[in-house]
Formats: sequence, C-alpha cells, structure tokens
Amino acid sequence: MFIELSAFDLSLAAILVLALGMLSGYMRLGITKQLYIAAARTTLQLLLIGLVLKTLFASSSIAFIMLIASIMISVAGWEILSRQQRKLKGWWGFGISTGSLFVSSFLITLLCLSVVIQADPWYSPQYAIPLLGMLLGNTMTGIALGMDRLIQNAWQQRPVIEQRLMLGQTADEAVADIRREAMRAGMIPIINSMAAAGLVSLPGMMTGQILAGAAPVEAVKYQILIMFMISSGTGLGVISVLWLISKRLFDERERLCFKRLLKENH
Amino acid sequence: MNSFSIENLQFLHCGPIDLQLKATEIIGLSGASGSGKSRLLRALADLDEHKGIIQLDNINQQTIAAHLWRQKVALLSAETSWWFDTVAEHFTKQESAENLTALGFAGDSLHWSVARMSSGEKQRLGLLRLLQNKPDVLLLDEPTANLDKHNTCLFENYVMDYLRNQSACAIWVSHDHEQLQKISQREYKIEDGILINVY
Repeated sequence: MFIELSAFDLSLAAILVLALGMLSGYMRLGITKQLYIAAARTTLQLLLIGLVLKTLFASSSIAFIMLIASIMISVAGWEILSRQQRKLKGWWGFGISTGSLFVSSFLITLLCLSVVIQADPWYSPQYAIPLLGMLLGNTMTGIALGMDRLIQNAWQQRPVIEQRLMLGQTADEAVADIRREAMRAGMIPIINSMAAAGLVSLPGMMTGQILAGAAPVEAVKYQILIMFMISSGTGLGVISVLWLISKRLFDERERLCFKRLLKENH
Repeated sequence: MNSFSIENLQFLHCGPIDLQLKATEIIGLSGASGSGKSRLLRALADLDEHKGIIQLDNINQQTIAAHLWRQKVALLSAETSWWFDTVAEHFTKQESAENLTALGFAGDSLHWSVARMSSGEKQRLGLLRLLQNKPDVLLLDEPTANLDKHNTCLFENYVMDYLRNQSACAIWVSHDHEQLQKISQREYKIEDGILINVY
C-alpha cells in the first residue's frame, strides 16, 4: 500500500527547484541563491532529523528527548528574532521569544500528551517530537508576525503614543490599539488555515497519515486536535510576547523607551 | 492649585533650572530653536528623563503615577496627533457648544473627519481635548504658531479664562515677544541651558 520514494524520485522534484532558480536568475529576480540555500538546508536538516528520530525512537530516554526538544525551541526562538526588523537590545529579544515558545508549544504539547492522547509513557518520542515540531513551526510564525508588528507600529506611531500619554492615558491604554493590531497579525495565519481546512487545503499531517495508509477519519481527528493546539498555542504565545514587549517599551515612569531597541535591520 | 515649583531641574545639557509659579500666573518662555524649550516642557510632564524636584502644591512628581501627573500637568505639544477617524472620538466627555464657540468653532466641528483639520484647528481642538482633564498646570509649546490674529486672540482669552476659573497656571513657549508681553507676568529666555529673566 505505502509506496517508498527512491533517490531518483526526489531528484526529479529537485530538477523543478533547479529550473525555477535558473528562470529567476535569467529574469534577474534575485532569489536564486536564497532558494538554493534553503533547498539544500531543507534536504540536509530533514535527512539529519530522520537519522536522529531513528535513534530517538529506539532509545526513548527522557533526557535525550528533552535535549532535542530544547534544541528545537532555541532554534525556533532564534528564527523569530531574525525575522524582526527592530529587535530588543541584549538577551531580551531571545529571552522573550524563547520564553513564549516554551509557553505556547512546550506546555501545550505536554498537556496534550498527558491528558488528551495519554501516550504511554507520556514522553513517547513517536508522539512528543512530531507534535512539538508541528506546534513550534506554526506558533513561531504567529509570534514572529505579532512581535514585528508591535515593535514596528510602536516605532512608527511614536507621536500618537506620546500624545496619548500627554492626555494622561496609562502606558497600557496608549498602546492598546497597536497591541490589538499585532494580535490580529499574529493570529490571522492560523485562523485562515482553520477556516480553509478541508475546503481549500488538506493539511500536511493529515495528508501524510492518509498517504501512510491510515483511515481518513482517524487522520482527520488528529488534524482537528493539532489545529486546536496550534491556535491556542499561537494565541497564548502571541499574548505573552505582546505583554512582555509592551512592558519593555515603557520605563517605570510610563515613558516610551526606544533606546532599548536596536537599529533597524534590513 | 497654589504653587508649582521647579527646583534644580537638569536634563541633557540643560540646567540647573529653578522656577516658581502661582495660581493664574502665566510665564513666557522664549529661546532659539534647539535651546531646550520643548525639552523643558517634556521634563515637566515627565515624558523625558530628568533630575531635580518638581512639585505641584505638596505633591512630588515622582511620588504619583506618571499618567496621573500628566493629567494634572498637561502638555500641549507644538503638533498634536489625532488617531481616530473623527474629532469627537478623541474627547472622553461631551464638549459644550459654549466652549467650541469661544474658540471659534461651529457646533458640528466635533463630527469632522480628522483628515480635514488644518494645523490651526488641530491646535485649538487639541487645547479643548487637553483641558477635559482639568489640569492645574498648562505647558503650551508654541500653541498659536499656526493661528491667524483673530484665532490667536480667541486662544489667549480662552486660556486666561481657564486659568482664572480653575486657578491653574501656565508656561507659554513662544517666539513672539509682543504676545508674551501681553499675556505673561514674567518672561524667561533659555540660553546655554539656563533661564535668564527678561522681565
């Protein structure tokens, strides 16, 4: 039933990417190098994780699983940071993004493993690692978007924020609108994919399970579970990021404190 | 209020600055561009970092929450910002027709879209918006720079009436010495970071 892919099958798909790169090079669209690097990274990283998962599934040592999980979270935190046009100075940026990923992905995965799926043991790597990975991948996008929107808008709307402070509003009131907009920016991708699921798109995990021979209805149940986890995780993650960053944007006298930001990064 | 006092105020390269204001008093403030006039007002409203003791009656600036202080010591900046679609949304309370007329507006001006306001209209409506907090100290940063003679006159009278009725005081920044002589009891000039008494 399950058709295995050969190296030849994959190289056929790689030819498509290669052709796209050449076309964009010919048209001077300037994406060729990034595309090739990303394609090479995805091949290498996925092959590596394939090997890691193989040993991981065989070992089922909790320390090893936690090590892999913390590496995944730190890398995701780093990726969030490198998507920001303006960053907080020092370790604040990394600390806030990683911290919120911990809340949004790690804790939600734990909850799901122990209460919903009830895997035995709860840290069974076959469940824990793919679930965590899927959550991280999605919440990462939401958090990066929300964070970027908050800081950029605060920067651009400085006169409005200061005007609101002059009118005697609290720092919280003065950024309330900007925070609401940032929350929206962070949540739109997952809300869209929940709304389009099944009608426009068949989500990746569900498709994977069906390709691997699982009954469609069983695959659907898992997908619904994942969607709910991702949306609540993203929401929690974005909320904690917005809360922490808006605290950091003001000092104890409710003044805007842009000296805590690094210069713009293009 | 009875007194607003500034003691040993220092910010950036400016200071030390000492100043006392009584109820209903207006102090005029002038100085070259970049001399620190706006910075001084921002420090008094606690919008910029500064050192020194600033007191309203017996309340020390640093002992109450910053937003409460700014409701009492209110800054009207040289350019006001408007972020909602209509003027009325920026007002927390209903503004009386009487106040609007006194500043030269017709009754419907609160329903204007903010996009159609001229800079002079923004300054006058900005004053009304700020006074809704009933501040004890007004910090006015070149408030009539964009107003014609008639509206300047309305603005000045409106502020002076307010100060009398609320027994509040004001620091008025302007480049127009004639104006300052007309409305203020004392005038100071900022030069090399310190206040020099003009009259």
